[in-house]
Amino acid sequence: MAQLHFHNVTLGYDRHPAVHHLSGEVAPGALVAVIGPNGAGKSTLLRGIVGILKPLDGSIHLGGLDSRDIAYLPQSAEIDRSFPISVFDFVGTGLWRGTGLFGGIGKAAREKILRAIAAVGLNGFENRPIGTLSGGQMQRVLFARVLLQDARLIVLDEPFNAIDSKTTTDLLALVKRWHGEGRTLLAALHDMEMVRTHFSETLVLARGPVAWGPTAEVLTPENLMVAMRMCEAFDDSATACAEDGHSRAA
Amino acid sequence: MLYDALIGPFTEFEFMRRALAAIIALSVAGAPIGVFLMLRRMSLVGDAMAHAILPGAAIGFLLSGLNLFAMTAGGLIAGFAVAILAGVVARSTGLKEDASLATFYLASLALGVSIVSIKGTNIDLLHVLFGNILAMDDQTLLVVAFNATVTLLVLAVIYRPLVIESVDPLFLRTVSRAGGPAHLAFLALVVINLVNGFQALGTLLAVGLMILPAGIARFWSRDLTAMICIAVIAAAASGYAGLVLSFQTRVPSGPAIILVASVIYIISVLFGRVGGIVRQMFPGRHLEA
Repeated sequence: MAQLHFHNVTLGYDRHPAVHHLSGEVAPGALVAVIGPNGAGKSTLLRGIVGILKPLDGSIHLGGLDSRDIAYLPQSAEIDRSFPISVFDFVGTGLWRGTGLFGGIGKAAREKILRAIAAVGLNGFENRPIGTLSGGQMQRVLFARVLLQDARLIVLDEPFNAIDSKTTTDLLALVKRWHGEGRTLLAALHDMEMVRTHFSETLVLARGPVAWGPTAEVLTPENLMVAMRMCEAFDDSATACAEDGHSRAA
Repeated sequence: MLYDALIGPFTEFEFMRRALAAIIALSVAGAPIGVFLMLRRMSLVGDAMAHAILPGAAIGFLLSGLNLFAMTAGGLIAGFAVAILAGVVARSTGLKEDASLATFYLASLALGVSIVSIKGTNIDLLHVLFGNILAMDDQTLLVVAFNATVTLLVLAVIYRPLVIESVDPLFLRTVSRAGGPAHLAFLALVVINLVNGFQALGTLLAVGLMILPAGIARFWSRDLTAMICIAVIAAAASGYAGLVLSFQTRVPSGPAIILVASVIYIISVLFGRVGGIVRQMFPGRHLEA
């Protein structure tokens, strides 16, 4: 049974597809890199998986997971860092599955939060407002929250963007640890070298799927060229898509 | 002497005691709402909603004269209608909430002014616009206190999703469906508190007792809980000082309260611990680490 099953999924905004006719499966425990140029639909696909965006067409099956079994790491640009909330409280929201709307944060939960903060190397930052953190530190905070969510499916949107190599190494170690624990991971990435070294499976996305499979087979210059040539702009005068249920993946 | 100026009015006159009780109730409930309005970058939304309430109150006035219950009910209905319609339009289309609100409140404002001009006199209009906290009777005071209590209870219920939705709305949407209802409940609280304040301060100034204290708090703390406490204290202090000022001079009570709050705000802008101008100009020597 696949953990994730895309059935001819089209995702987009205002009827314009950003991910066009994607079909395929992700096995439980897989470590999948999603690559492609800017505007290729990587973030859109991840939003579709976590349920923020409803497919325009087709469907995404989560293999029996409900939304609480999914952890999502958004791009940090989506977060209002001027809001006066401490690192401790922010990371603590990762316990939502246990606390919900009204559950209290007891002693055990406090311990858990502190351990998660320590695990990403932010000891001593517990009471700092998130607005005072650097980009790399904020990324560590986001990883700490995912850690607390203890989810079977983890979806990371450009987790290593604009952070230094030390932070990248630390956070990549967490990704490997989650993979080792049998969780399913999808990450939108830009660094081809990292994908080649650390991710077993790759989906090359350029609006439609260009290629999907074992990284070594998929990450070829030809496929990347095809992806790069993708036209980014939506066509305002586009007509309704007539393509039937077949994926365009090779 | 000092006693006569600061405490005497309240021991001597019942209407002053009622006004003080009302202003404290308004502060306790309204200031936290103001803090969230500010943090969610909705300060002007609050202002827009205040305008939207006026026509509703005017309809109440048209139907049953200067009856506070009718005007309150009218204000609530108009406020809710505008808040919910604007919220729904913003959420189901790409239109930003403020733009969506602007269109709705302009429409309802035009409607309301037309209604007032059918029946009202200028004095009635002044009462609706600027309120009169000194004319508050026991029944009205009870309504104000009841609304304040409801506000605090609802705020406690939606506090967690409201905070998370303000910081990281996408995250909240992945773990819970509470974000939308929490947002609508929050808009409802904004309306309730505007209506609540309009009896004391009028539709035009009611939002002042919410937004100004929030602005003041922003200059003194980086912590949400502390900001809410500071805002409540600032609002209540402005209310008390405004009442005294109004009693001793000829300034009407509503504007006096908002003027005091504005003075505190200016002081905070200048000398606030967090980002105050003086603090920025003379930050002291930089730290070791």
